Amino acid sequence: MYYLFDGSYAGFLTCVFESFEHREFSVTPITSDRFTGDFFRDNREVITDAAKAKRVQRGLRKKLDSNRAMDFFRVYLSEDPEAWQAAFRMILRIFDTGPEIMLDFGDNDVIFFAQTLKKVGRERHRMKAFIRFQKSSDGMYFAIVEPDFNVLPLISGFFKRRYADQPWLIYDARRKYGLWYDGNTVAEVQLTPAEKDALSPHHIAITLDERDEHFQQLWQQYFKSTNIESRRNMKLHLRHVPRRYWKYLTEKNGM
Amino acid sequence: MSRIEEKLKILADAAKYDVSCSSSGSKRKNKGGIGDASASGICHTYTEDGRCVSLLKILLTNHCIYDCAFCVSRKSNDVKRAAFTVEEVVDLTMNFYRRNYIEGLFLSSGIFKNADFTMERLLRIVKKLRTEERYNGYIHLKTIPGASEELIREAGLYADRMSINLELPTEAGLKMVAPEKDHESVRKPLAFVNEQMQSYKKESKLIRHVPSFVPAGQSTQMVIGATPESDFEIMNVADEYYKNYKLKRVYYSGYIPINNEHQALPQIGSAPPLIRENRLYQTDWLLRFYDFKLDEILHPGHKNLELDIDPKLDWALRNPHFFPVDINKADYKMIIRIPGIGRQSAMKIVNARKFGKLREYQIRKMGIAFNRARYFMVCADTPFTLGNMAMDHVKKRILENGNSTYKRKLPTGQLTLF
Repeated sequence: MYYLFDGSYAGFLTCVFESFEHREFSVTPITSDRFTGDFFRDNREVITDAAKAKRVQRGLRKKLDSNRAMDFFRVYLSEDPEAWQAAFRMILRIFDTGPEIMLDFGDNDVIFFAQTLKKVGRERHRMKAFIRFQKSSDGMYFAIVEPDFNVLPLISGFFKRRYADQPWLIYDARRKYGLWYDGNTVAEVQLTPAEKDALSPHHIAITLDERDEHFQQLWQQYFKSTNIESRRNMKLHLRHVPRRYWKYLTEKNGM
Repeated sequence: MSRIEEKLKILADAAKYDVSCSSSGSKRKNKGGIGDASASGICHTYTEDGRCVSLLKILLTNHCIYDCAFCVSRKSNDVKRAAFTVEEVVDLTMNFYRRNYIEGLFLSSGIFKNADFTMERLLRIVKKLRTEERYNGYIHLKTIPGASEELIREAGLYADRMSINLELPTEAGLKMVAPEKDHESVRKPLAFVNEQMQSYKKESKLIRHVPSFVPAGQSTQMVIGATPESDFEIMNVADEYYKNYKLKRVYYSGYIPINNEHQALPQIGSAPPLIRENRLYQTDWLLRFYDFKLDEILHPGHKNLELDIDPKLDWALRNPHFFPVDINKADYKMIIRIPGIGRQSAMKIVNARKFGKLREYQIRKMGIAFNRARYFMVCADTPFTLGNMAMDHVKKRILENGNSTYKRKLPTGQLTLF
């Protein structure tokens, strides 16, 4: 049985709720836009229901500490239907037999869940590292990223705590939304087409702070000077900074 | 090129042989200003040599009164000299930090005039960052040997980590290339900062708001391959410093020849000993995280690490009587001794086997290096074999099937015709 949901985490949790409600335990959660139809299996449309999602979330929190319960949200952010399937079956198992199954790494679902969790965690860490702010003339620090997974929700608190005294915007160009901090709170924002154009990576139409280019240039200089030529190791360099991230890295552009 | 850019070029270039770049271990919070320390540390980028860039690593100046043969900034070396002002360092740090280029500042300096004069300048910079800019990001500060205890103590209140480099692993080696220096002048301030750290820690158990003092601890660095010490001597020194001064890290830095003036040092053009450096770090890890004792890995009868295999594998090959290990029964402590199995995989194994006997296909998914591990472990479905494979045969098989990073760089033992 396929459960078609809207792609939100609340929708995913609603699927869990309905699976128990309808006593249907062989379920594959999938978003409607990714569902291509299957002649041999039925499907059910699941309407996201905040109350049902909350009950599942509360149930998980009763079985797991908050960080482990959060792991399901992290894996959900991988946007990988196979990982959703594994997570879904694990939640059913947790409600059925208990939270210990999270450590059953000999099981295909559990090991795949753990591997996905690691990948999402790595991407989250990379975004903490690779985000490069540019300062606009009105004092806003803005950055564009295209992370492999939807990790912006996982870095919001980090940037809020660290850059508490400066307004900033982090925009995910692939998923077309951003986080905007105004000096007090972080909000999720969608940009208008004109605003998106202004942030186009090779043609930024935002007026920069008069010293911004100066510091970009100094950073590029530093990046060059701190390298030790006789230890050159591009293979290692590329393993740590894969090419797909270069587009938005100040030190890999210019000069 | 602007003057500030030129200074940055000179003073970053002069600082880069200090390999410490970690930004971990501190939990400094943002208290109404900017910045905090991430406990796990963050590498913001990597240079083309594959090294992490976490901190803005610069010298305040490369003017120096000393003439240490291994150092690029030594007095007699004909290099361009420069010095930052206090304001310039603060401005660079803040603007790099606000753009998320860096995790913080690593500040070192050549010794100008005298130790106190230099230390006082460094102190002024970190004080300004903490108090005027309200900056709570990471600061790694060099302790200048010979500086007064008052200056060091005050600096420790602003820095997250402090370090002093041993430079050469042994006193004899140091005397050869830097006759003006000795290890005693490193030991004394390391001990002083360590005592202060311990007493602040003790105090913070009794009183609530004790300021943090060097919360990320101290580190040091040794140059490898400049002087003829064996790996055994080097690791002995490291082991002693870890124990006596509770160091967070000892760094091993393969010597990069910078001049041909000193006959005893490797000459320009000789490659830095990168593989050896890697093997030393692996040994360091085995000692600190894998519960190995130094004499298991190195001893007077086995003074140098193998280059073609890692030290854990080398230990296993020399100790066949411990193997094979049954991963369904053995203790965690024994499982992490299996070559190719790390701590995380070992934890997974210990947890997973409670649900049933583990088979090979399950273990392989847990992130182990199967090519190495297979000869040293038994899973539920491993076929029973009579007798053990000879260890030299195991080594050959591993090297043949492996794709070690160093495969092509190691001498093959075969002479070429021309």
